Amino acid sequence: MLKGIRNGAKLYVVDPRRTSSAQWADAWLGLDVGSDIALANAIGREIIAAGLENREFIARSTLNFEEYKAAVEPYTLEYAERETGVPAAAIRELAHEYARADRAQLCWTLGITEHHNAVDNVLALINLALLTGHVGRWGSGLVPLRGQNNVQGGGDMGALPNKLPGGVDVENDADRARFEKVWGTQIPAKMGWHLSQMFEAMEDRKLTALYVIGENPAQSEADVGHALELLKGLDCLVVQDIFLTKTAELADVVFPATASWCEAEGTVTSSERRVQRVRKALDPPGDARDDIWILSALAERMGVNWEYPTAEEAWDELRSLSDWHRGMSYARLEAEGGLQWPCPSEDLPDSPFLHGRLWEDPPVGPLAPFHAVEHQPPVEALTEEYPIRLTTGRRLESFNTGVQSSGYRSPLHRGETIDIHPDEGAALGIADGEVVRVVSRRGAVEVPARYDPTLRPGLAFMTFHFPDDVATNLLTINATDPKSGTAEFKAAAVRIEKLSVAARPEETEAAVAAGGDD
Amino acid sequence: MDLRLIENAVPSAAEREAIDRLLGPPSSAWRGGAERRPGLDTHVAYGGHALRSQRHMLLPALHAIRDATGYISPGGLNYVCQRLDVPPADAYGVASFYALFSLEEQPPVVAHVCDDIACRINGALGLCQQLEDQIGPEGTPSADGKMTWVRSPCLGQCNRAPVALIQRAGLDARDETQAPTTGDAVLAAMAGEATPKPDFATDGSYALDVPQLLDPDADLYLLRRIGRIDPENIDSYRAAGGYEALRRAFEIGPEGVIREVEDSKIVGRGGAAFPKGRKLGDVARAPARPHYLVCNADESEPGTFKDRVLMEGDPFALIESMTIAGYAAGCEQGFIYIRGEYPRSVERLQHAIDMARQKGFLGRNIMGKGYDFDIEIRRGAGAYICGEETALFSSLEGYRGEPRSKPPFPTQVGLFGKPTLVSNVETLMNLPRIVLEGGPAYAAIGTEQSTGTKLFCLSGCIQRPGIYEFPFGVTLREVLEAAGGVPEGRELRAVLVGGAASSFVTPDELDMELTFEGTRAAGAALGSAVIMPFDDSVDMTDIILRIAAFFRDESCGQCVPCRVGTVRQQEALQRLVAGRPLGSVEDEIRLIDEVAQVMRDASICGLGHTAPIAVQSAIHKLHLFNGRSATT
Repeated sequence: MLKGIRNGAKLYVVDPRRTSSAQWADAWLGLDVGSDIALANAIGREIIAAGLENREFIARSTLNFEEYKAAVEPYTLEYAERETGVPAAAIRELAHEYARADRAQLCWTLGITEHHNAVDNVLALINLALLTGHVGRWGSGLVPLRGQNNVQGGGDMGALPNKLPGGVDVENDADRARFEKVWGTQIPAKMGWHLSQMFEAMEDRKLTALYVIGENPAQSEADVGHALELLKGLDCLVVQDIFLTKTAELADVVFPATASWCEAEGTVTSSERRVQRVRKALDPPGDARDDIWILSALAERMGVNWEYPTAEEAWDELRSLSDWHRGMSYARLEAEGGLQWPCPSEDLPDSPFLHGRLWEDPPVGPLAPFHAVEHQPPVEALTEEYPIRLTTGRRLESFNTGVQSSGYRSPLHRGETIDIHPDEGAALGIADGEVVRVVSRRGAVEVPARYDPTLRPGLAFMTFHFPDDVATNLLTINATDPKSGTAEFKAAAVRIEKLSVAARPEETEAAVAAGGDD
Repeated sequence: MDLRLIENAVPSAAEREAIDRLLGPPSSAWRGGAERRPGLDTHVAYGGHALRSQRHMLLPALHAIRDATGYISPGGLNYVCQRLDVPPADAYGVASFYALFSLEEQPPVVAHVCDDIACRINGALGLCQQLEDQIGPEGTPSADGKMTWVRSPCLGQCNRAPVALIQRAGLDARDETQAPTTGDAVLAAMAGEATPKPDFATDGSYALDVPQLLDPDADLYLLRRIGRIDPENIDSYRAAGGYEALRRAFEIGPEGVIREVEDSKIVGRGGAAFPKGRKLGDVARAPARPHYLVCNADESEPGTFKDRVLMEGDPFALIESMTIAGYAAGCEQGFIYIRGEYPRSVERLQHAIDMARQKGFLGRNIMGKGYDFDIEIRRGAGAYICGEETALFSSLEGYRGEPRSKPPFPTQVGLFGKPTLVSNVETLMNLPRIVLEGGPAYAAIGTEQSTGTKLFCLSGCIQRPGIYEFPFGVTLREVLEAAGGVPEGRELRAVLVGGAASSFVTPDELDMELTFEGTRAAGAALGSAVIMPFDDSVDMTDIILRIAAFFRDESCGQCVPCRVGTVRQQEALQRLVAGRPLGSVEDEIRLIDEVAQVMRDASICGLGHTAPIAVQSAIHKLHLFNGRSATT
């Protein structure tokens, strides 16, 4: 992105916090947490009102435009200013700049998706791309930025409750039959549970055994105190990981695995659908084993011989089933330095633009529908008792629950804090660095306050990188998006309390020492 | 940009005011505004390209702070950085690049006393001694904390040596050059005694700069108006033929101007002697837009002061010349980059620009001919390297004044990455004559390869120092004679021809023709036309030590051959002068020659290429260390 900026690209950053990215922006729109749809719909309305929508593209390649237009009609700039806090002039400017740009991208991360209405948030953005035709062309598009190198690959390989590898719908009988034939087994005809549903099922004792591969739910779940209870209540917990995580410590069985980026052969898929080879550089330490080996050994114990395939053999089996990947032989991946799906045949090129088909005349495949969505504020409204909006996120130098990043020394590591605006600190009588108690309806933690002028009064920020010190997710709300199952990590209501003097012996002594005869 | 401001550094009211006067009030709390406006700054902020395109205001902003308080504090730096979206680490690198900026607290009054070659043989060292006795050691504040003094490289007033530049910060900020001066005069000025403003009509000071004014037979062109017109009155200039050339330029059109300049065969006077007509045509034809015109008035070569005399004595002529050049090259914006040590040139030119604008000779629709052009002055801040054209661009753009690799050449990729015509003051000031009299007539003046007239800077051991104008073809002997030769009873030992970046010639080479080809044939270079004779009273080893120290100080440090080479050269010379060579004298000289070769071969810019020339010529032509042995 910085390269793009250097080449003259304009950058607009929409984020409640004035982040490092926002400081590079031509304009920063610091909307209130959870008002994304109010903003997106107002932008859509303004684009239509100004006659800047791409009528040719809308007519040729989309569906439901009239419904969308009617749905966004109430979302005036004034309404959006009220709901988001962002001045109307800035919203108008962004709408016009986006619509009039020759090429424009919408990039987002978890600020859009860690909400109770995550899918609606994404749909609101997709609507804008359809409205302006900024999709399926060089330099344009919708870009959900992944937090890890292979999130896309995990989903593409079927690690989703409703999908088989290659994006195949598990409830489609014909497709499922194809997989059953090759795999020589029966696949459940109904989709499975997503993560949040699994925890609900644990609560109902419908789920009693859990096999966790490369995740640390004991620290990463919202309302983590509750999640921990459920994990402890399982009959059997198996964890496969490269570290002995907090979840692994709870497990009945732990399979030590290899680091997939250096100790194993395979592929990764980036968020632009580009499949690339990963090569083994090191022998794994100790008893750590390759994931494929562990799964095959497990299968063997269960009475099935998977013959311990190599990574390439497993890949070739996938290629025989997935239209996306059929053309991607290891040789070709090697020769071309990676390929973007769909790549249905070895004779065909890969697909740099997934939605380039919408620009064919007539468009190839199904038309792209607008989905009218409505603004819904965060589940937990601010009250007198819980007046501060807590939003959580990441810092540059740390990674999720810290399993992989807390082990390193970094001058940027500074432990968990609750970041608040200096004015808020002054109003609450809390000094920079003072340890405070943060309370939500679900729990409380003690954590040092840190003054951060890039916030504003009423908005606080925490990470969850240091769960061993401060279990931030004791505070977060387990309200999940019904469509994606994602929890609303981005919006909890909290209050910040000064600790009683007795709870701060060192500080008291220091204060007395410094106080002198005042 | 993610600025990473200096922690706990707040600007003072004076710093804020100085910057706001330059840049206007801050747009929001995020840009240093004192108050956070609820509902506005809490939810929106602007910046990005619009802000970062103001980067070129960094140097003027640093000047504004220095003028206000005398030094650039961390708080002041923070504020400038917030206003211009430049990280403080970056801006610190820029501020610390320039000799006239201090990042440490220092008194509001600072005297910069030139101890460079011309001044040190005319009493500068005694002056420094007096200041040390009465104020204290160089760089330390006086007892009352109000003033300090430092030694300075050449201040461009060599004909009036010794010289001091006095910087005064605060509300009455005004830099002032005293030339010639005395210790008492410097102390009085530092204490706040007003120096009378020179009056062109009554004081004879122009004859100090241009001795030929007193010679009725002198055939002057570039100097013809100096001392004869009021440099602060455009009508005085017009009455003396001003703006006739621009009118003629509009008549013959840009193509016509380019053709005349090509026919004139004029080459650049800045030192590199590149054909002016080709440069002009290249910029005019360059497809990228906009085109810029840059007047290089960063005259810093020790011994050089001709551009200063032109700017102070005939400022409107430079404005007119630039307008002609800008018209021919298709530029709408011109910059004059003047070295920070020339406060009066800045004053005079700013006044001239304002007046020209007022009278319709700058700005929109100049002289009703539909051509738009304007000029902005940028002050340098004490860096010799910024006279190198690409370093000048870097400096003007708000970066450290480090040269860039060529190609691409400025005619294609120059200031702000756009086609740029960059030209020395003297070169530009020849354009009116070329346009009025025609290229072929101009080409008839001088010699075949060096056409026109040339200004020579005479200083050092000479009876009548100053600027002299002669048609090309004059010999070194004739020029020295015109200036009265060395003082009575003294004997000429050597002449520095071209400047510190050029070479010494011996008394038996005086018949050298002072043309580009003549000096080249004699193994010298015309450079910036410095002619500095030394007589038998001068310790030449002291002179070359000063030259070596100069290059070491002024190397920008970007490329290794120059950064290290200038240091090694100075060290070897110091050992030779002290009579303690490593190995034999011959070993040291071999080392100097070898280092020189590396600098010539591998430095990025001309500074590294030329830094060893004077030293080598002193060693090999003046035989400075012959007969010295390792033990004496």
